Amino acid sequence: MTAILRTEKLRVEYRSREMRQATKVALRGLDLEVGAGEIFGFLGPNGAGKTTTMNVLLGFVPPTSGAAYLFGIDVRQPIARQRIGYLPELTYYYKFLTAEELLRFYAKIFGLTRAESNRRIPELLKLVELEHAAKRPIKSYSKGMQQRVGLAQALINNPDLLVLDEPTSGLDPLGRMKVREIIQRLKNEGKTVFFSSHELGEVESVCDRVAIIHQGELKAIGRVAEITGTHANLEKAFLEIIGYQMQPAS
Amino acid sequence: MKNISAVAGVVIKELYRRKDFYVLFIVTILICLVMASVNIYNDAHIVRYLKEICLDLIWLASLVIAITTTARQIPAERENRTLLPLLAKPLTRVQLILGKFMGCWLACGLALLCFYLFFGALSASREHEWPLLNYFQAGMLHWFMLGIIVAFALLGSLIFAAPSSNSTICFVIIGGILFVARHLDQVALTLGEPLRTIVYWLYFMIPHLELFDVRDLVVHNWPLIPWTYFGLALLYAAFYMGIFLIGARLVFRRKAVN
Repeated sequence: MTAILRTEKLRVEYRSREMRQATKVALRGLDLEVGAGEIFGFLGPNGAGKTTTMNVLLGFVPPTSGAAYLFGIDVRQPIARQRIGYLPELTYYYKFLTAEELLRFYAKIFGLTRAESNRRIPELLKLVELEHAAKRPIKSYSKGMQQRVGLAQALINNPDLLVLDEPTSGLDPLGRMKVREIIQRLKNEGKTVFFSSHELGEVESVCDRVAIIHQGELKAIGRVAEITGTHANLEKAFLEIIGYQMQPAS
Repeated sequence: MKNISAVAGVVIKELYRRKDFYVLFIVTILICLVMASVNIYNDAHIVRYLKEICLDLIWLASLVIAITTTARQIPAERENRTLLPLLAKPLTRVQLILGKFMGCWLACGLALLCFYLFFGALSASREHEWPLLNYFQAGMLHWFMLGIIVAFALLGSLIFAAPSSNSTICFVIIGGILFVARHLDQVALTLGEPLRTIVYWLYFMIPHLELFDVRDLVVHNWPLIPWTYFGLALLYAAFYMGIFLIGARLVFRRKAVN
């Protein structure tokens, strides 16, 4: 397996600004490897370290120790981000731009020529079903439309690796289905998708492999069937792995 | 350079699509028009006073545009989380800072161009002359001074999270430099040690923005500044822009963005 994304003993500590508060450890020596063409689900309860891991991978937060690589390149080098697409959770894009202008702006940063942009932008707007709103300012978009613009910007450079932070968060069932369809389509095109989600049913249906992280530590990693094991579904397995005790009904 | 111009382009687009810029522009123009139409005691020289007041207004408007536009750039990107998809692309933090700086500075330049063209046309209609080179020197020095202010506000926006606190601090410091800085050496003479050294040190360290205030060139049609001095003043401004941008780069280099 060619590792597209790799972390080695990744540790992130957030130092408190207040003297009395202790340093918070967000990641404790995380080792992770995602291979080419995989759809990889990154699971964990809130505050487990999922977003911190993504923040390190994208160069937003420097690791306290350890290292992270994308396509074998240290994530601290901007060139490591040339072949990735990223969809953050709950982002409000430039309200004064139209979807078309926003995509053109990001295309310019990726160094796409005008001809490439002219071909790619309508394709993406069609994929996320926003052709009708392409010339409208983003401030007039609904939440679902904004999320779809986000997905389009993540795909502008035709990335080999897509990093999605809770891509279906806040979407209605139709919006979720659309995102799932797009992820499936990317898989068919041989792309690698690394995404975090709380929707375990969705993860079960689209992922090849999953990792479960809790309190900054990797608790389990493997194929969905391996993780689920003898449990009825991924949700039950997840709850047991993170040590959740079901309260008996009174 | 392509990345810097892309970021700068978005900043300029934001400025001309926001309504506050037009409000400020129209208010300034209306006040100037009213001032220009005033005729007190049939005194021909009164036009000089009116020109001075109109230029004061233009200076104030340009300071407001420079500081408020720059102060909100990075904080707004953080608040709306647009910084995340942006930095997830092959864009370095230095390119982002330079793009923001270029965008804000060019936007200020465009605003100044509008103000000076309007002001020049208005003055020419009253005085029947338009000394273009005087306007060029005054406008360029004004623009380069705004460059220092934009770089300073950009550095501030990386230190203070809220645009309002950054804007207030910038207004106080810039106002202080414009009105007080030129007298600091005189103040130092009246002080004992070690205050004298500190005030002298401050006098030589701060950018002397008052050097760029050559409004008399257009108000009284004074002779042109020798071009060597003019070039040196632009270099002086470029030096301070560089200092503040390097400072911004150092602050932003390892700052966690989340």
